[in-house]
Amino acid sequence: MTSRAEITEGLAEILEEVAGVNPGDVAEEKSFTDDLDVDSLSMVEVVVAAEEKFGVKIPDDEVQNLKTVGDAVSFIEKAQA
Amino acid sequence: MTVSDVVVTGLGATTPLGGDVASTWEAMLAGRSGVTPLTQEWAQQLPVRIAAQLAVEPSEVMDRVKLRRLDRSEAVALIAAHQAWKDAGLAPATADASAANAAGMDPERLAVVVGSGIGGVQTLLAQDDILEQSGPRRVSPHTVPMLMPNGPAAWIGLELGAKAGVHSPASACATGAEAIAWSLDIIRAGRADIVVAGGTEAVIAALPIAGFASMRAMSTRNDEPERASRPWDRARDGFVLGEGSGAVVLERAEHAAARGARVYARLAGAGMTSDGYDMVQPDPQGAGGARAISLALRDSGLAKTDIVHVNAHATSTPTGDMAEVIGLRAVLGDHMVLTSTKSMHGHLLGAAGALESIATILAIYHGVVPPTINLDDPEDGLLDVAAHKARPMDVPAALNNSFGFGGHNAALIFAHA
Repeated sequence: MTSRAEITEGLAEILEEVAGVNPGDVAEEKSFTDDLDVDSLSMVEVVVAAEEKFGVKIPDDEVQNLKTVGDAVSFIEKAQA
Repeated sequence: MTVSDVVVTGLGATTPLGGDVASTWEAMLAGRSGVTPLTQEWAQQLPVRIAAQLAVEPSEVMDRVKLRRLDRSEAVALIAAHQAWKDAGLAPATADASAANAAGMDPERLAVVVGSGIGGVQTLLAQDDILEQSGPRRVSPHTVPMLMPNGPAAWIGLELGAKAGVHSPASACATGAEAIAWSLDIIRAGRADIVVAGGTEAVIAALPIAGFASMRAMSTRNDEPERASRPWDRARDGFVLGEGSGAVVLERAEHAAARGARVYARLAGAGMTSDGYDMVQPDPQGAGGARAISLALRDSGLAKTDIVHVNAHATSTPTGDMAEVIGLRAVLGDHMVLTSTKSMHGHLLGAAGALESIATILAIYHGVVPPTINLDDPEDGLLDVAAHKARPMDVPAALNNSFGFGGHNAALIFAHA
């Protein structure tokens, strides 16, 4: 099991690598597109990297529901359970 | 309506000789070779283990995250284009405005014509490896925009805010020159005031090298990289692959004058023909190339005697170099001073015509012809070549030749502004 904070930290690493997002800017309430400036192609990269990192499957039709970092954390937390 | 003059107001390049135009030009005048051994592991199985690699890696001047979504050919094209734009005295893009807007110009009067000979092949090869090893889900979503041949032009258009059209000619090793020729037409036809034109290439990788080597087109002088590119020398044994990009800002003369821009030279004329002879062999009499030169001369309105310098295509292949000389002599005579700067920077394929146009423009602007190094034992029947050393001379007008696999010929004539 990974805690929400650990998942957020892991996502921050991915976001920095893929999209150059400052890890300090990554928080649960932040929107991927509006706050962190992650475009649609980079979001695909984030999802694939998150699957690998957290050992989960994030179906394509689920991605549109992951508006904020918190949405992604919740999905990953549930998928790991 | 009179046809507009078209002038060159900006130059940009990143090449095996330097990370910008100034350092590249300085290396050319000094007769330095940019050819080095390929020490990478992937190269050790190849018959050709030398190339003219970039002097400055894109990662030294470009953000890491941005580079992740650029093919190498796109990265170098963007670097060259931004340099040319800045050199032309135009304002850089800001956070909330494109470069065209920031420069106070109408984006709908700005076009881009930048092509590549081979395109994003390094991306194609790398992503194919990922596909084979890790499966389709791991293939980057940036793959297609990275490998598509219009990618470099599209990126430049996007960052400069060009809305008059973004075009990507593809004519192998004539691409860079064709891009400049098409740009001349665009401005003369009144479809744009400024065109950023050029070529880009970054295919120093096992597969392209193996392909060219299988054609027996490349030099295998692996033990003497700096001596491998030797146009017109009897001991030449093929071209040396180079990588990089060159870009020029072409501008309607009245537009340049109105904003007080520095003018390097006038793009006086262009000629483009096709051989209709063979896919990869040049016409042995250089007929197609000669027709391109004739058309460019007629287009320029200049006299043969005005063309005192030729930056030749001369790639250092056994058949091509002398066929070009036959064509040059037939059309222009024997008074010109030739050079092939490929002797130093290798053959940049789709970027060759752009980089060599920059050398031609600077020869006019500075009054000095850069040398052809390694011309130790010239062929019989060769014209006067600035061998070994740069030659200071007044250059009122000069020709740049480019030929490409497929039988493409492009001739450009630049003249004192």
